[in-house]
Amino acid sequence: MSSDAVDARPEVLVEIRGLCFRRGERVIFEDLDLDIRRGTVTAVMGPSGTGKTTLLKLITGQLHPDAGTIRVAGQEVTRLNTAALFRLRQRMGMLFQSGALLTDLSVFDNVAYPLREHTNLSASMVRKLVLLKLEAVGLRGARDLMPAELSGGMARRVALARAIALDPMMILYDEPFTGQDPISMGMLMALIRQLNDASGLTSILVSHDVRETASIADYLYVIFEGRVVARGTPDALAADQSAWVRQFMDGLPDGPVHFHYPAPALAEDLLTRRAR
Amino acid sequence: MLDPLARLGRRVLEALERLGRGHLLLLAILLGLGEVLRRPRLLWEQMFNIGVLSLLIVGVSGLFVGMVLALQGYYVLSQFGAAESLGVMVTASLVRELGPVVTALLVAGRAGSALTAEIGLMKATEQLSGLEMMAVDPVRRILVPRFLGGVLSMPLLAAIFSAVGVLGGYFVGVGLLGVDEGAYWSQMQAKIDFDEDLVNGMLKSLAFGVVVTWIALFQGYDTVPTSEGVSRSTTRSVVQAALVVLGLDFVLTALMFGD
Amino acid sequence: MAKRRNLELMVGTFVALGLVALFFLAMHVSNLSLNTSGEGYLLQARFANVGSLKVRAPVTMAGVRIGRVDSVRFDKDTYEAVVSLRIDATIDSIPDDTFANIFTSGLLGEQYIGLEPGGSTEMLRDGDEIVHTQSALVLEQMIGQFLFQKAGESG
Repeated sequence: MSSDAVDARPEVLVEIRGLCFRRGERVIFEDLDLDIRRGTVTAVMGPSGTGKTTLLKLITGQLHPDAGTIRVAGQEVTRLNTAALFRLRQRMGMLFQSGALLTDLSVFDNVAYPLREHTNLSASMVRKLVLLKLEAVGLRGARDLMPAELSGGMARRVALARAIALDPMMILYDEPFTGQDPISMGMLMALIRQLNDASGLTSILVSHDVRETASIADYLYVIFEGRVVARGTPDALAADQSAWVRQFMDGLPDGPVHFHYPAPALAEDLLTRRAR
Repeated sequence: MLDPLARLGRRVLEALERLGRGHLLLLAILLGLGEVLRRPRLLWEQMFNIGVLSLLIVGVSGLFVGMVLALQGYYVLSQFGAAESLGVMVTASLVRELGPVVTALLVAGRAGSALTAEIGLMKATEQLSGLEMMAVDPVRRILVPRFLGGVLSMPLLAAIFSAVGVLGGYFVGVGLLGVDEGAYWSQMQAKIDFDEDLVNGMLKSLAFGVVVTWIALFQGYDTVPTSEGVSRSTTRSVVQAALVVLGLDFVLTALMFGD
Repeated sequence: MAKRRNLELMVGTFVALGLVALFFLAMHVSNLSLNTSGEGYLLQARFANVGSLKVRAPVTMAGVRIGRVDSVRFDKDTYEAVVSLRIDATIDSIPDDTFANIFTSGLLGEQYIGLEPGGSTEMLRDGDEIVHTQSALVLEQMIGQFLFQKAGESG
């Protein structure tokens, strides 16, 4: 199928069908279906350890699924060769949990990196673009700092500026709110929404921060034990009465997901002489 | 009952797998060597990190090793009335063995561990993934310049080690112990062969450069991306490099000086 | 910019230092300074037995090294060893009745060729042959001869 054929259905940018992925014995995903619509902020939520980051790595082709198809902008990611994959990645930006800035380059050089790498723009043009991107995240004044001098929130914003340097069609956010103070959390939330709407981006957001995520996302997926257990707009999920959704959305300590890690009964365990 | 056997099997399989990954990485590095031509600056940076920063420890070690060799050699040789051969003994030991081997061990400790930690931390902080996401191949951009920097620096460092050592031996032998200056140099010149000793020593050193840098880079690249993983990889990098250098030295010596 | 220049300067210094060290080792420490291989001229000498004479062994005159053994081969017609000697080009006045001996440095040391000049006014030139030769003294043979003699005297 040619890429035009699928691009003709513009509403779906990322289409995942029947995705299976294992790590050793552990099943991470089992027959997962997921659609990401163009121009929306779609959030994938789930408890820690459900493979949300793995999902992003599968979409960007850093990992290979055991089965299933992943189409991004009509291209089957699993079947692209390295060159084609690199071309596709130039159209995607990814914001890593840690920011993943290159520690030996200044803020300016970090943002300029993809531009210098993939374009032949003149130095003055690169400078203008970098300053514009830094302005967009409000850190134009920090351009000469080194990554080590930035706070966690600032590092993430710089990384965001770098992710949008090449004007991608899509940005993937890996746990953007983890470990942020309320102020930088608010800044990031506003930024994600703004960037998405102002430049016609598509955003995929992976998170377990329910309230923040629900407040900026257009559509939510909740995954647990390798499957999508709930999907819908934030309002729809807020009204959903299933035990699972309620536990996750309301943060209840016990429910379908147990407080206790699977173990033999306590009394039995205490009476056994040796654990193993 | 069969548990220990299964464990042993798993260990062996894991080791083989690692070995395979290591060779694949080396292959990828070798295929990417052209990258350095496009960005020579990356190479200068790594020659600085590996070569220049190891210069002090290599130079000082070379000086002292040469001086100690002269002291010990003089003690033995003078018993046979052959103190004039001191120059030969010091130089042959340095150029053939100690220069390449000790330099490789020092570089493994000084620069190899740093390389492993650097690459490991870049992996742990997702910088390598970040590069991949920017459609930049981390092997070519990060590993290739470091590899070439290490491989090129090693023989130069070994030459400096040996040269400084010969001078150290000269200071102790001629200056302190009163060996005849002319004999020190002329015996050396008569007995040390350019091809047989010097070129072979440098070839050894080049081989050690490949091995030490390769191990350091692989351990960093293959690390478990946690702080504990990086620290273990760093240790493993130095230990493995040292063992492989010594083993390889035996093989190379047998091949080169075997006749 | 200054940082960058500094880096280049340091790396340049490092590479230069390394090359100087290599040059020093090559010229001052190894035989490259003496070994003008390809230069100089060749002389031949035939020996009934060369002992353990090796290629590159020194050729000396009055104890001073003036050349090296270039090759040792076996002549299957005369059953002799043919040794080529490469003599430094500056030593161009070796008489044609010069005597070539195979000596051993010390009792068990390595073997070398010592030349003793004759009185002739004709000088050897490239490719000439030294006619007067004395084979290597093989220690076992000498001891054997010595014991034989002793036995003969007493018996």
